[in-house]
Amino acid sequence: MIRIERRLEQPRWLDVAVPLGSILVAFAVMTVVLLATGHAPGHTFWRLLVTGFGSMFALNSTLVSATPLIFTGLCAAVAFRMQLFNIGGEGQLYMGAILGAAAGIALGNASSFLSVTAMIGAGIVGGAAFALIPGFLRAYLNTNEIITSLMLNYVAALVIDYLIFDSLSYWRDTSTPSAKVFPQGKILPDAATWPVLHVGGLELPFGLVLGVAVAVFIWVLYSRTRFGFEVHVIGDSPRAANYAGMRTRRKILAVMALSGAIAGLGGASQDGDFRHTLDPRGLTAAGYGYAGIVIAALARYNPFSVCLIAFLLGGLQNAGYALQGADFPSGLVGVLQGLILFCVLGGELLLRYRFTFDRRSRRVEAAA
Amino acid sequence: MAAAVELRNITKRFPGVVANDGVDFEAAEGEVHALLGENGAGKSTLSNILTGLYHPDDGQILLYGERRVFGSPRDALDAGIGMVHQHFRLVPPFTVAENVILGDERGEGKRFLVHPRHIERRVAELGERYRIAVDPRARVWQLSLGEQQRVEILKALYREARILILDEPTAVLTPQEAGSLFETLRVMAHEGRTVIFISHKLNEVAAVSDRVTVLRGGKTVATLATRDTTARSLASLMVGREVAEVERTPREEWLGDVILEVSAVSALGDRGSPALRGVSLTLRSGEILGVAGVAGNGQRELAEVVTGMRSPTQGTVTIDGKRLRPGDARAAIRAHISHVPEDRLHTGVAPSLTIASNSVLKAYRSSRFAWGPLLRLRAIRAHASQLIRHYDVRGGAPELPARRLSGGNLQKIVLGREFDGQPHVLVVASPTRGLDVAAIETVHTQLRKAASGGVGVLLISEDLDEILALSDRIAVMYEGEIVAELDAGAATLDEIGLLMAGGKADAEPAP
Repeated sequence: MIRIERRLEQPRWLDVAVPLGSILVAFAVMTVVLLATGHAPGHTFWRLLVTGFGSMFALNSTLVSATPLIFTGLCAAVAFRMQLFNIGGEGQLYMGAILGAAAGIALGNASSFLSVTAMIGAGIVGGAAFALIPGFLRAYLNTNEIITSLMLNYVAALVIDYLIFDSLSYWRDTSTPSAKVFPQGKILPDAATWPVLHVGGLELPFGLVLGVAVAVFIWVLYSRTRFGFEVHVIGDSPRAANYAGMRTRRKILAVMALSGAIAGLGGASQDGDFRHTLDPRGLTAAGYGYAGIVIAALARYNPFSVCLIAFLLGGLQNAGYALQGADFPSGLVGVLQGLILFCVLGGELLLRYRFTFDRRSRRVEAAA
Repeated sequence: MAAAVELRNITKRFPGVVANDGVDFEAAEGEVHALLGENGAGKSTLSNILTGLYHPDDGQILLYGERRVFGSPRDALDAGIGMVHQHFRLVPPFTVAENVILGDERGEGKRFLVHPRHIERRVAELGERYRIAVDPRARVWQLSLGEQQRVEILKALYREARILILDEPTAVLTPQEAGSLFETLRVMAHEGRTVIFISHKLNEVAAVSDRVTVLRGGKTVATLATRDTTARSLASLMVGREVAEVERTPREEWLGDVILEVSAVSALGDRGSPALRGVSLTLRSGEILGVAGVAGNGQRELAEVVTGMRSPTQGTVTIDGKRLRPGDARAAIRAHISHVPEDRLHTGVAPSLTIASNSVLKAYRSSRFAWGPLLRLRAIRAHASQLIRHYDVRGGAPELPARRLSGGNLQKIVLGREFDGQPHVLVVASPTRGLDVAAIETVHTQLRKAASGGVGVLLISEDLDEILALSDRIAVMYEGEIVAELDAGAATLDEIGLLMAGGKADAEPAP
């Protein structure tokens, strides 16, 4: 009989062994899938590695994919630490993108420094303000923030669609007749293009640098400050926090605002670093916010792990794009990516629980 | 004849500790056998092994001379072993009868359609026979803790348990209720059942048991016939040395000014029903005011209102002549009110956080531990180490999560932290519950010392011996009111017990 028991202690070596083992299992299952579909497993894995991480071009594309994931991963991690389940990173990112694009368009081509700074500020404000809606509801009406923040994602998606497709809004390009027929966002002025840092052959988007800086900031905030101390106490035991005289409501608002601000910053980075327009189709299809939740869970809410896992996941995504082709359907790429995530997340169970195998104990007859 | 229960050479190890180290134990049919020991002596582990919750690393379990291996609690239940836990395992919205058949896979409990009438009749019969009558159709949440305990016993009897284990059953009872529980246990033993009574209270062991087995440090120290023992001899077996009995030592008559005044305070409980109804009391500096009462009669809410954790619906709390902002725990901390809460694990500490973090749970804002918004981590760690050393916290290290400490050692951390806060008023709830004899001595000394130093102590406890030993005055709470205030010199155990049960001095104890 197999039994699942909670581990009394979590040995340190498991932290390394379990993820590694999970990935091995994932590759074993992937081998079966690939063989069954008539692809050469060895070759496929090699291409996966090379197209994700194996060249300067691959690494640079991976950094581009990782940038939004760092923001949404940190957005989730920051809130989850306090047991505040902000699922709304997706919508908060859209709001950051909307306000960020507005700032970029409004400031024109006057000053690049001014435009970039304003976009950062606008992104932060947009995300934070949108996150404060579930924040207030939770703090003052004790509404479940999972549901409200999730539902607001749909609201944000509809708003961003409306701005480009269903209205003649400030964001929509109406300069040419063809733009009126095929709706698209205004192209941001050159001054609103965020700089790229060149380190060797690597091209670091400014958003990536910001994201890593935010991770450092979060780490300091959460491990070295009174604010972080209170977040930990509230997350672990709200009653103990009340006992210690902590203002739980204010902290809920502050943490929601912080969480939303990070996602909003990610939205502004999408405008300034990569898309240079408000791009509803691209943003809603990418699902960065939801990927961020998975990343935060895998990283166990550690900000540096979030960056690392965002990078790995970004590579996996890129490899997926490169892999798919005439002989390799995109559905199969999805299967492979899903298998890796499934195994790694499933492996987490082994960290907290263990399986014991024992023969079924001798049945005891009822006392006569 | 073979013993009803025999445990041979039971060993159970947990990471870092040997909870049971070759324990031998046997109890005969028809006896009440007390299992005595300090906290951490291995009593709970042993009972968990006997009820199939843990599997021993070594040793044998024999029931009526026959070797048994329990793979799960179900096996132990089927073998006729019933357990009444300290924290009840009942479903509050269910009726008594429903709780009784819950999880019973024989007879009624197994049927798809249950016949409540039949079960109710049977429960009523059992209640009558053992003098533990409870209305079978009452919902459990409506019952007092004493009645809930009866339901647990009925549950075991309904399943025809021949061996019944009770883990510190009197912790939630008034002395009168405890007395009637003891009668019930005697009746059960008289019928040939075996009752194993786990306790660390010497007077109870003397009152109810035929024999007593003493555990210390995971080992069996002795098994004795109770009548051959005295409280003093049992205490020294339990602790391993001679103990000075805690006696009331009258302090100097001098008392200071009124330091805490609670006037006409009413408050709601967690369920939104009134928990405090117009409570008034005053506390002078240097005085220990004991608040006695059965758990759940408003004591917790009183402590929470005084410490700012709960907003009163009416009334005021004044400390050092200043009105406390209602429901503001931070203001209470600033006014030098220290609080040792009843629920240590989730209120007194944040269990997953380190001992270091917990040692500054309130003081982290002070300039000693913070520099602007930043924490002085080194100072915090040093403070925790000092606390661990000074209060003799066993198995404690600053980086360890607080939940890894045993109950007694956790309490030392909480007490140490609160004593160190230079309190003017100290609100302590059940400060010695779960502590061993030596630790209780220390806590009592600390409380007395604090009072002598001018602190006003509000001592809330269900342990009447403790209240009598420490208090200058005693207030008795019943259903959210203070029903009496007595001078400690004049009060007797019986008198307080009756008041706790809602009776007047001449009335029958409430059922």
